Amino acid sequence: MNPLKAYPTLLRVGFSAALAYRAELVIWMLTTTMPLVSLSIWTAVAREAPVGRYGPGEFVGYFLAALVVRQVTGSWLVWEMNQEIRQGTLSQRLLKPIHPLWIYSAENLAALPLRAALCLPVVVVAVIYADLTRSGLLLAIFFASLVGAWLINFFTMAIIGSLAFFLESSTSVFQLWLITFMLLSGYVVPLELFPGWVRGVAEALPFRYTLGYPVEVVIGLMDTKTALRGLAVQYAYAAAAATTAILVFRAGVRRFGAFGG
Amino acid sequence: MEAAVAVRALTKVYRVHERPAGLAAALRSVFRRTYKEVRAVEDLSFTIEPGERVGFLGPNGAGKTTTLKILSGLLHPTSGEVKVSGHVPRQREASFLRAITLVMGQKQQLLWDLPPAETFDLNRAIYSVPDRTFAETLRELETLLDIGALAKKPTRQLSLGERMKCELAAALLHRPGILFLDEPTIGLDVSMQLVVRDFIRKYNEKHGATILLTSHYMDDVASLCPRVIVIDRGKLRYDGDLATLVKTIRPDKRIVLVFPAPPDRAALERVGTVVELEGTRAVLRVPQSEVREAVGHLVASADASDLTIEDPPLEEVMRDLFARPAEEPSEATK
Repeated sequence: MNPLKAYPTLLRVGFSAALAYRAELVIWMLTTTMPLVSLSIWTAVAREAPVGRYGPGEFVGYFLAALVVRQVTGSWLVWEMNQEIRQGTLSQRLLKPIHPLWIYSAENLAALPLRAALCLPVVVVAVIYADLTRSGLLLAIFFASLVGAWLINFFTMAIIGSLAFFLESSTSVFQLWLITFMLLSGYVVPLELFPGWVRGVAEALPFRYTLGYPVEVVIGLMDTKTALRGLAVQYAYAAAAATTAILVFRAGVRRFGAFGG
Repeated sequence: MEAAVAVRALTKVYRVHERPAGLAAALRSVFRRTYKEVRAVEDLSFTIEPGERVGFLGPNGAGKTTTLKILSGLLHPTSGEVKVSGHVPRQREASFLRAITLVMGQKQQLLWDLPPAETFDLNRAIYSVPDRTFAETLRELETLLDIGALAKKPTRQLSLGERMKCELAAALLHRPGILFLDEPTIGLDVSMQLVVRDFIRKYNEKHGATILLTSHYMDDVASLCPRVIVIDRGKLRYDGDLATLVKTIRPDKRIVLVFPAPPDRAALERVGTVVELEGTRAVLRVPQSEVREAVGHLVASADASDLTIEDPPLEEVMRDLFARPAEEPSEATK
């Protein structure tokens, strides 16, 4: 049973499902427009005087890029897993000869083209008004970092979702993760503006690699060498998240088998 | 030939969190949880040969669904041995998952907002069914189940019966040799029950598939399964052919009479026990050994316009079986 052979069909059917839920998707996207709020606040502040390396133009570029990166790399798997584990409907996935994480990943990825299409106006505005990098290599690193950010997000959501095997519900853990993400990923404030040691901690944690890092690459705040080093760290985090997700899911399924679903 | 399903000394014990109602109990349970053990299945053994159609009966909470979930690899046994098609289900090998299907009347696999055709295609890819085999199987299933245009309507717009027909098709596209059917006719009207029942029989006859079926509708079991396995509180109560079970538990027959005018109850009671008398229709219960004599008497003395002899309804047989103490042998157990 080769999951990669089945993958194109999984993506196609997932895309049809995303189209069926298009209204829900648009509403969901509207709830993730926080960077626009940050944009208006920070550009107002920067009009008085630049904040660090950020003038109004940099802030526009940063937060428009943050909006797009969040949209095309986000994962909402935790809600689905939490519900399926609690209600026992996960059984249907466990009866299939392909690992459920393959199927979840295809469903998740299949919705991205629609999200990307809805982001298109923001991309156009960013390209026209913001100062994005013109380096081909940095752009290539940026696109690779989008994949890395999606991998970290997807597998982190799989880990938190799998906690529903062990806890009454994993959504409270997700809320905790979300707050930490907002503070430490650069979603609300660029990490560069954090005071010394907080910045050091935030830059070492994986949250930055799901948002702040790709954004910093695309708006040209990084040289190629630093960007490449960041990419290596990002993919290491992605590999760690994937390994942990597979192990936690496996342990969870064993528990599901012992206690029933 | 290797058995399709072999279960030996299967036991499944759940640890269930318990707390009484009320705020105080809720707060107490935050700090100190109490658990109790529920023995869902206990020392259960049976074997099913390839191609058999077996009814799996028992009251609610008897352990039927737990057993089916263990057989399909979703639950792990606490102890005992289980083999299905030569595989240990809990290992959930891909070749095992390809060999079986589990249809649960109350849980669906069809994608809710998409037409069933999309689920069919998804399963084709997931089970790596070659295109030609897929087309043939789909054509066959669509004909047997009379699916027609249903496959192209969004699942949420289908009736319960239409959905179950598509569920069955989706579950069988990979041509599994072993079917675990958990209440496949639940909630369906009588005509749709007949369609599903007829389909299961035809599928079994055509492909030699092994079928283990649970159903609350005794007619499903009576018409489909020559053999039944009965469990109660997780323990085996009976394993054998249905006719013997009926004869053992209820050694009587029902004589159904229709009269041109309402009959005299006292006259009927002289022949047997009147279990039903409504207008011109009467049902008598008579010991098996006295049926011939009773019928002779009725033909000679009463002016019935119609007379039929039936077995007692399976529901009554089950009720009587479960009313007996568990230790009492119900004979015929294999």
